[in-house]
Amino acid sequence: MALLDSIPWFLVFTSLGKTIFLVFLVVLPMVSYTVYAERRVSALIQDRLGPNRTGFPLTLLGFKKDFSPFLGGLGQPIADAAKFILKEDLTPGHVNKPYFWLAPALAMMPALITLSALPFGSEFMGVKMVVADINVGLLFMFAISSVGVYGIVLAGWASNSKYPFLGGIRSTSQMISYELCMGLSAVPVLLVAGSTSLSKIIDYQVHEGWLLLPITDGKLNLRELLLFLPMVLAFITFTISMFAETNRLPFDLPESESELVAGYHTEYSSMKFALFFLGEYTAMIAGSALTVVLFLGGWHLPFIPDGSHGPIWGAINIASFFGKVAVLLFFFIWVRWTLPRFRYDQLMKLGWLYLFEIALVNIFLTAGILAFTH
Amino acid sequence: MAFSTKEFSAPDTIAKSHGALEKASQTQDLLGEKLILNMGPSHPATHGVLRLILEMDGEVVTKAIPDIGYLHRGDEKIAENMHYNQFVPYTDRLDYLAPLANNVAYALAVEKLMGWTLPPRGQAIRVICCELARISSHLLGVGCMAMDIGAMTVFLHTFTEREKVYNLCEMLSGARFTTSYTRVGGQTRDVPPGFLAAVRKFIDEVLPVVDDVDSLLTRNRIFVDRCRDVGVITKEQAIAYALSGPNLRASGVDHDLRKRQPYLGYETYDFEVPIGSIGDCYDRYLCRMEEMRQSVGILRQVLDRFPDGPINVEDAKNFAPPKTTVLTKMEELIHHFIVHTEGPDVPAGEVYFGAENPKGELGFYINSKGGGTPHRMKIRSPSFVNLSVLSEILPGSMMSDVVAILGSLDFVMGECDR
Repeated sequence: MALLDSIPWFLVFTSLGKTIFLVFLVVLPMVSYTVYAERRVSALIQDRLGPNRTGFPLTLLGFKKDFSPFLGGLGQPIADAAKFILKEDLTPGHVNKPYFWLAPALAMMPALITLSALPFGSEFMGVKMVVADINVGLLFMFAISSVGVYGIVLAGWASNSKYPFLGGIRSTSQMISYELCMGLSAVPVLLVAGSTSLSKIIDYQVHEGWLLLPITDGKLNLRELLLFLPMVLAFITFTISMFAETNRLPFDLPESESELVAGYHTEYSSMKFALFFLGEYTAMIAGSALTVVLFLGGWHLPFIPDGSHGPIWGAINIASFFGKVAVLLFFFIWVRWTLPRFRYDQLMKLGWLYLFEIALVNIFLTAGILAFTH
Repeated sequence: MAFSTKEFSAPDTIAKSHGALEKASQTQDLLGEKLILNMGPSHPATHGVLRLILEMDGEVVTKAIPDIGYLHRGDEKIAENMHYNQFVPYTDRLDYLAPLANNVAYALAVEKLMGWTLPPRGQAIRVICCELARISSHLLGVGCMAMDIGAMTVFLHTFTEREKVYNLCEMLSGARFTTSYTRVGGQTRDVPPGFLAAVRKFIDEVLPVVDDVDSLLTRNRIFVDRCRDVGVITKEQAIAYALSGPNLRASGVDHDLRKRQPYLGYETYDFEVPIGSIGDCYDRYLCRMEEMRQSVGILRQVLDRFPDGPINVEDAKNFAPPKTTVLTKMEELIHHFIVHTEGPDVPAGEVYFGAENPKGELGFYINSKGGGTPHRMKIRSPSFVNLSVLSEILPGSMMSDVVAILGSLDFVMGECDR
């Protein structure tokens, strides 16, 4: 009995509830609908239609008419998922089986785990909207997301085939190089907010204005004005590194389809391939969410109070957070269908000769400004 | 169900006959650190069935052996077994991105042997055919190159415009893809009503798209970095390897058959031939972009002075008479029968005619011993010749450069393998 009493049931159930809400109700649907959005937006950009037919086959359930919502094609992600599950899961004979099977999981899991430290809202019915509010949230996210490279490297290595191998090698060096830039470009934010806890960083932005838009708290002082330049620099380097970390064009060298056929997932099929696919999009969502937390004020919108004033405000905060994420995701998609791809050596040059230096100088610049205005 | 896998020994002739590759890797690659990468015949960047055997040191190509012939159909031999007009559909399948230009080049070659010159209207129609084909081919060439470099959107934009060219082909010949429009001594039919207006509409619509592509790529830093000083073909190399078309001109050689040996009255049109300076992928891209604009200019001039009159040569015995007279007159019926069963009565002799096709100089060498069938025909296809330079320029470039170079050379395997 004492054991049962010692368990903080409220914490356990709310954490469970938050995890289920975040992963199964928000992120996984968001992933599949980001894929759908990617296809529709690319179609928009390329003057095509994109998937606009698939509705929900309600006639199968006994209804009179199928349901095809206003834009059309909204049933596509569900149909895609069903297709992926029903496809034959082929493991080629020449692969290194244990690693070949492990790799897709390693691509998907870290991206999901990083979400646990992410504050996706303020407060809802007295519960803080973050699964684990740890005081080293940012470091935790960097640490876990760098595990994601193993998925790609193992996939390339275990496939025992030349094109995936080249893709794996490319991604190793790319992700390791850009992780450094990403970490360094987040340091100015930590300096300004004075904490590595993501909740604290948001709190700071709620009171002092978003780091990228210091006007949101209604006032502007010299410190904020001076800090604007380093924050913009940090935002740019952080976003570029984020593109590289998530293997999105213009940095999609590991899977550049015109050179390496499909890169590291050439030999994969069915749900194992889908896990890579989902992993990429989950990483994209996690990256966008982190950008929102660090630079765009997290769940905060001007003139909207936090969740302690009522559950309706809490819900609005959550919605505004994911709305900002969606805007960034649109930006991701937009860039992908506009720009060509870098070459391997140019990518390394950009990372090490420009972004790394800018991020490094930016830290000293921020520190100098903070010391000057202290 | 029990099954077993069995190893088949598939003789890889190219890899074995080129013992050179193995020997070279034995002497230079003592540590066994080099990777033999088989690129193609079905690889997204090889546009068809080109196969490249790349010896790679990390990402850098140290040796490249192109292997062609996967699409070989024996067109030259087939030509010996049919009369001249029956071969026209085969020319569609040479450079299948510009079938109209192939039709015209072939017809001009046979007509040169016959000593025929088309009336002005026929020539004007053929100029329209050639320039439409050039725009269509270059749109795809630029789009594919952009796609290989990663800019998918450009490809789809240019492809939309190509559909409009196909619409025009359909108006003209009834077929969108395999046009088979020309015959020896003329065309299958006159331009349909409304065609000229449709061409005018098309050239007004295509220029903004070319400008769009320009704004998406030409000053795009990533694109320029990927193309500039990549796959440089020097002037000397270009001449030594007998390149032709935009690939030759990008290397700085002022050679355009439309200017050097004018045919179809090209000397009466006012157009510029764009010349590159370095011969890298970027120059080749720029040349194609400018050639499209010049083609639009030529089309405008043709449309402005589109002549009236007959479109075919007047030679009752060697060119099929119009269908209306075939059905009503005795003599025409006989000629119709003769021309369609035995072909035009081509004099004995040999002839070479090269036309400036979108990909380069498409030449037909015809050796005739008289009668309706060639004794021997040789097709000088620009893609075949242009690809010969690959093993010279690929070594030293990176894997990503290989696709950029392949895209910028703009070849078609249907024409290369014939």
